[in-house]
Amino acid sequence: MSEDQTNPTPPSHHATHGEIALAANAAAKAAAHTRRAFLFKLSLAMNAAVGAVLAVPLVGYLLGPAMKKPSETGAWIPLGKLSDFPVGETRLAEFRSPEARFNDGDTAKAACWVRRISEDKLQVFAINCAHLGCPVRWFAQSKLFLCPCHGGAYYEDGRRASGPPERGLFEYRTALVGDSLLIHSGDMPTFTTEAVNKPKPLIQIAPASSTDEAQAASLSTNGATSPMRSNEWPA
Amino acid sequence: MASLKDRARTAGSRLYDWVELRLGLIKPLTETATHPTPENSASWLYVFGSAATVLLVLQIVTGILLALAYSPSANEAWNSLAQLNHVIPLGWYLRALHGWGSDFMIAIVLLHMVQVFLFGSYKFPREMTWIVGVGLLLLTLGMAFTGQVMRFDQDAYWGLGIGASISSHVPIVGPYLVHMLLGGPIIGGATLARFFTLHVFVIPGILLGGVGLHVWMVLRHGVSDWPMPGRIVSRSTYQQQYHELTASTGIPFVPDAAWKDGVFAAALLLAVMACAFFFGPFGPGGMPDPTIIQTAPKPDFAFLWIYALLAFLPPSIETPVLLVAPVIGIAGLLVLPLFAGEGERHWSRRPVAVLLVSVIAVTLGIFTHLGTYTPWSPVMSAWTSAPIPARLLANRTPLQRQGALVLQDKQCRNCHAIAGSGGQRGPALDMIASRMTEDQIIRQVLQGGGNMPAYGNALSPSETKALMQFLMTLRSEDLPPAIDSSTKLTHPGESQTAHPTPTPKNP
Ligand code: FES
Repeated sequence: MSEDQTNPTPPSHHATHGEIALAANAAAKAAAHTRRAFLFKLSLAMNAAVGAVLAVPLVGYLLGPAMKKPSETGAWIPLGKLSDFPVGETRLAEFRSPEARFNDGDTAKAACWVRRISEDKLQVFAINCAHLGCPVRWFAQSKLFLCPCHGGAYYEDGRRASGPPERGLFEYRTALVGDSLLIHSGDMPTFTTEAVNKPKPLIQIAPASSTDEAQAASLSTNGATSPMRSNEWPA
Repeated sequence: MASLKDRARTAGSRLYDWVELRLGLIKPLTETATHPTPENSASWLYVFGSAATVLLVLQIVTGILLALAYSPSANEAWNSLAQLNHVIPLGWYLRALHGWGSDFMIAIVLLHMVQVFLFGSYKFPREMTWIVGVGLLLLTLGMAFTGQVMRFDQDAYWGLGIGASISSHVPIVGPYLVHMLLGGPIIGGATLARFFTLHVFVIPGILLGGVGLHVWMVLRHGVSDWPMPGRIVSRSTYQQQYHELTASTGIPFVPDAAWKDGVFAAALLLAVMACAFFFGPFGPGGMPDPTIIQTAPKPDFAFLWIYALLAFLPPSIETPVLLVAPVIGIAGLLVLPLFAGEGERHWSRRPVAVLLVSVIAVTLGIFTHLGTYTPWSPVMSAWTSAPIPARLLANRTPLQRQGALVLQDKQCRNCHAIAGSGGQRGPALDMIASRMTEDQIIRQVLQGGGNMPAYGNALSPSETKALMQFLMTLRSEDLPPAIDSSTKLTHPGESQTAHPTPTPKNP
């Protein structure tokens, strides 16, 4: 183990070992130390500054999903022909989430319950339970939506019937264009995210369909005064 | 021959010298391994920490091997798991080892924690060892939760929905949290990608670092001695006492104490392998397609108790409990050694500690048990799959039988059992006429109340009439029908049995 004592011995700066020389040496060393310590602190400060400049975009990237404005989320999408939903019935409808991306696979799909109350009155409920989001099922005979997770139950109009949910089912905003039914979908509905989606102006769907301006203007919207909570996206 | 042996020995020791001169680790590690430890700590109850480390290594090895075939994309994850299960040779076994290893690891970490708590080993000077240990427990649970998402099936999908829904309740930042958790407005490829990152890079990295710290502190302070009633831990004397104890009774950790760790680790690995081999991998369940709503999502075993709790919390206190209770619980665990760093270590002198462990263990056990059979969930298929037993229909009037049909058709059975089959959300109906009067039942059915929805809109008067006729036959022969106790006072001379509810004889 003696071989490893190869640390270079500190070079003796001065061959002459007078008292004065020693003192001068110590003073010079102390001055050099102060200077180096200052430079080290300077380097720390530089790294803090560079680190901050580096960190801002990294954190921005990380927080990206939360930074998206609610107005950028969601779109009007067609659910199908109105005639597919007979009056007096509640039926499951599927759609592709307008927020889906290329790698979402099956999870890009979404489902909702369409309740046709009368010729032109509709309610479209999210399948996500207002408790914790499990898929509720419609039972036409007992006119109830039942949740498989913790036993939440809702009436046919979406009102809370029993169980852990604090409120009724989430509702989509609906619109009729000619014979097709549209809903405004964006966030996966949860207690706070469903309420913050502001719908796009309906005109936006006009170019997508082959309807003319007059028809787009005659759009009728339902659920404008839906029982949704009115919390706004917190500023 | 002797000279050959000698030469081999010299060559060996020269090789050792050569390596150790450059590496400098063999000698200190050997010294660490053979450091003296109090004889009374060489116990079968002191093996859980090392066992958890062994399982962590198993998880890392199997996890790396699974990563060779797993595709962390929402398009492909489920199929890559199915391929592991059915196509890739031994893929099923690797998945099973990883899944069972995770369950065992949670169990062992909890056992380790309970042992350390009951033995008072978290007290001075090992407070920080405990605090880091609490972090390791949370990271282990984090691995279990993110691992459940890796198995990208229906349960994973709806489990993510539950996680997002819970975070959405956080005041002010709720919606931002949901988006951070999901990586976007919906559950999808971005969600899986971030949970993959957590499961494979972030949490394991922190976990390994934490284990390093934890073990370092165990070595620094030595394995805690076996507690004795009356031997009080005090900051001023403990370390001195410990060193005296070690000096007088110390045995080298390796091999005198470590053989038990070795035997237990081997037995544990064998148990994991046996479970993996005989019970196979977990899932994947149905494909993560949210339009397939015929599903009853359920979390993995370790989280069943939370699932059960969520069913029982009343809506009014759910949010505060969900958001505040975990914070208090974790904070309590973290500050425990700071407030109870001295004093008695032996469990016989710490009744509150014993009581606490017992209550928590029983509570978790009960909720987990409830979570396995979810009595609060309606049995969605009961109305078509659980027929009314023939004996309850024998000798009944047509109207009563019509009532039985109404009962089935209106899905009452989804929540109410008869003859042991059907949902358990509401009370079983076998004896209903002995417990409630006709008026009470009508009121309950039509107006709802308690946990029952109102059926006023779903039942026509004739259906209600028929249903009541049938329900009033549901009582045992030994019990009289329920009567309204006020009837005698309000309608003297009239009695409940005057109702048109003939009580037929059961065969
Ligand atoms: S998620 Fe529907 S009751 Fe809990």
